Amino acid sequence: MMNLKGLSINPKIWGPILSLVAIIVIMGIIDPGFVRIEFKDGRFYGSLIDVLVRATPTAIIALGMAVVIGTRGIDLSVGSVVAICGAVAAMLITETDLSFASVMVLSLAAGGVIGMLNGIMVSYIGIQPIIATLILMVSGRGIAQLITGGRSVSFDSVAMDIIGSGMFLAIPVRIWIAAGLLLLTILVMRKTAIGLFIESVGANARASRYVGIEARLFKMFAYVFSGICAALAGVILIADVGIAEINRLGLWLELDAILAVVLAGGSLNGGRIYLGLTIIGALIIQTLTTIIFSSGVPVEYNLIVKASIILAVLLVQSPTTQAAIKDLNMKRKGVRT
Amino acid sequence: MNMNVATAVDEAPPLLSIQNLSKGFAGVRALDDVSFSIRKGEIHALLGENGAGKSTFIKVLTGVYSRDAGQILFEGEAFHANNSGHAQSLGVSTVYQEVNLIPTMTVTENLTLLNQPRRFGLISPRKAEQRAREMLERVGLNIDPSEQLDHFSIAVQQLIAIARALGTKAKLLILDEPTASLDADEVSRLFELMTELKAQGISIIFVTHFLDQVYRISDRITVLRNGQYVDTYNTAELPQSELIRAMVGKSLDELSKDTGAESRAVQDTLFAIDQYGKQRCLEPVDLTVARGEIVGLAGMLGSGRTELCNLIFGVDSVDSGEMTLAGQSQSIRSPKQAIDAGMAYCPEDRKVDGIVAELSVRENMILALQAKRGWLRPIPMAEQKAMVEEMIDRLSIKTPNMNKPIGELSGGNQQKVILARWLLTHPQLLLLDEPTRGIDVGAHHDIIEIMNELCEQGMSLLVASSELEELVVFAHRVAIMKDRRKVKELTGSEISQQSIVAAIAQ
Repeated sequence: MMNLKGLSINPKIWGPILSLVAIIVIMGIIDPGFVRIEFKDGRFYGSLIDVLVRATPTAIIALGMAVVIGTRGIDLSVGSVVAICGAVAAMLITETDLSFASVMVLSLAAGGVIGMLNGIMVSYIGIQPIIATLILMVSGRGIAQLITGGRSVSFDSVAMDIIGSGMFLAIPVRIWIAAGLLLLTILVMRKTAIGLFIESVGANARASRYVGIEARLFKMFAYVFSGICAALAGVILIADVGIAEINRLGLWLELDAILAVVLAGGSLNGGRIYLGLTIIGALIIQTLTTIIFSSGVPVEYNLIVKASIILAVLLVQSPTTQAAIKDLNMKRKGVRT
Repeated sequence: MNMNVATAVDEAPPLLSIQNLSKGFAGVRALDDVSFSIRKGEIHALLGENGAGKSTFIKVLTGVYSRDAGQILFEGEAFHANNSGHAQSLGVSTVYQEVNLIPTMTVTENLTLLNQPRRFGLISPRKAEQRAREMLERVGLNIDPSEQLDHFSIAVQQLIAIARALGTKAKLLILDEPTASLDADEVSRLFELMTELKAQGISIIFVTHFLDQVYRISDRITVLRNGQYVDTYNTAELPQSELIRAMVGKSLDELSKDTGAESRAVQDTLFAIDQYGKQRCLEPVDLTVARGEIVGLAGMLGSGRTELCNLIFGVDSVDSGEMTLAGQSQSIRSPKQAIDAGMAYCPEDRKVDGIVAELSVRENMILALQAKRGWLRPIPMAEQKAMVEEMIDRLSIKTPNMNKPIGELSGGNQQKVILARWLLTHPQLLLLDEPTRGIDVGAHHDIIEIMNELCEQGMSLLVASSELEELVVFAHRVAIMKDRRKVKELTGSEISQQSIVAAIAQ
């Protein structure tokens, strides 16, 4: 048992953090180049920096997913929302004279509206979250193609270049965006009572009704927030390459986002939300992806290797394993005394 | 009339006889040396309060649990069921309170699920439907068996469940609270069926909380209490007051005549309901609570105490009646409205409806107040900590710190946290349903103290409890519930365990 006198730190937080550190340390031993970071021409270079940069879209989507999962829901539509909002942003940039700020606001608003539709289906109509969001997961990419007329839209925009690959204080702009969003989310969740209500509704919906929490409102909020996060990720992803390739944009991202939340210790049965750890979860996933791509493992083994390592992390974190480890410890101590 | 029937079959050997049946769980004796017998074609009521051992008895009989000791003879032979399916094939079928049929399947599928008629190894739908019709006929149902089960009312589903339980060879039918969700007409229909089955020579064990129904339909009554056999009576020869004494465990003379709290001299009415009720749930009830008064809700299990609390707090919605609170007419349709009107409610099932197990003591405690303030006005952390610390101190809650998940606390401390949760909202009327159930003696005492203290401070309390000795001590007035009706009200010096039991028995 970990003894943290007086500190209100949940011992669960060490699981994801140690997992990430372990993966990096092992890679560092195998290939010291992996952990090397260089400072050149006013910016940092290295595989770890690359991991941070590439993890931002997943991390942003995972933040929204964490909140939705906290309500005991799930949002399968985020990958499609990325495509739709990427398409909206690309079309607004190429087809209109709107300012960049307006483009951003409209793109994010599109994500919010889609999230609201999910939220209405889940909390007011009472459709199960997995079905409600599956509808848009399946149809969303089609909608995105309708928006662009079925083609890939390439664009040229200085502001988008800054979002995609710009630097601020030697750190990529998108990392600032992700960090800002994390901070904002923590503020909204913890400095208002929204976080508490969502966790309460997710952990025990009946008891929450008895204390007068209007569950529907907060479920709604979660889906809207998730939609906006996915929209932001969509804008970053198209800014990265300067082109909105609709049939690949955001594909399978919902799975990475759900995994990030679960790696962070979030339960699909709702309840506690771990925002900071969700980012760590996204970093674990991206680290694995980067390692596999750079290690020359044949592409077809890619997902298998990733899945195996994630399975290992989840096994270590599972309550059954934890209980077994505790048992072993007790036995060892029992023998000594 | 019942007596004649009883004596007529007296000589016949019992269909089922059970001797010295015992069953323990982790050191607790759920059934202790229980004996029981039922004759062919008899309706035998099995009665007892919460924890009396009725459901354990049924589960041991039907092989869901194994027995530790005892003998069961069925038709004169040793009876040993491995599970309820096996018991059914031996002629003992059970219909549980929660109808365990599959709502999305047809009636035919439900009836023939475990025994599909086959033709060349394949299910024959025609034969299945024919068999289903025959089974339905036995319970007097004339419905289309190809329709989906959930198209029918609960009452009809209940009859379908009985049809399935009867199957082809049931000799003993166990009905576990079959009337719990039926209205008066539906109950009559069920009783007709039971009488009919009885005439066919089928024996029925009838478990219920409705005492009037016991007198309407049963031939004999067996009472269990705390896992022990009390006695078996001929229904026609047993006055209701005797029955209640058997269930409560004390004779009228043994019951304390002590009266507890004095009635309040000044009756400044805070809360009143007029003809408050809901079909199938609660007959219309009139009730008032004065400022600074503790009103007790007494009654046996299933008498409507919890239903009344749920209706008042808006957990369930009434379909008749008016409510006034502090001089204002209220229309309560949700707990949120009740809280805004100045009410608070500690529900009976603490684990399911009370605590949010994985949240901390602090979060659980501030939850209701925070919900009342809304999400935009969070209680500052310093203020939260001060409030929670004060409550931990005032209610002597034992927890290492306020950040401990509430699920890890003992039952008594959980209950205190829930109580604290509501005290922080400063309610005018506090509803408590079984506030002392399942908690240790120390916490038990503390909670009674707190209730008295709150009442001194002018809060009004409505407390439902099955613990008579406790009600008598703290209640200024007691409303007595029976069979989902309010049957009597006792005030001040009229309140004693004796008078309450007498009122229930009337």
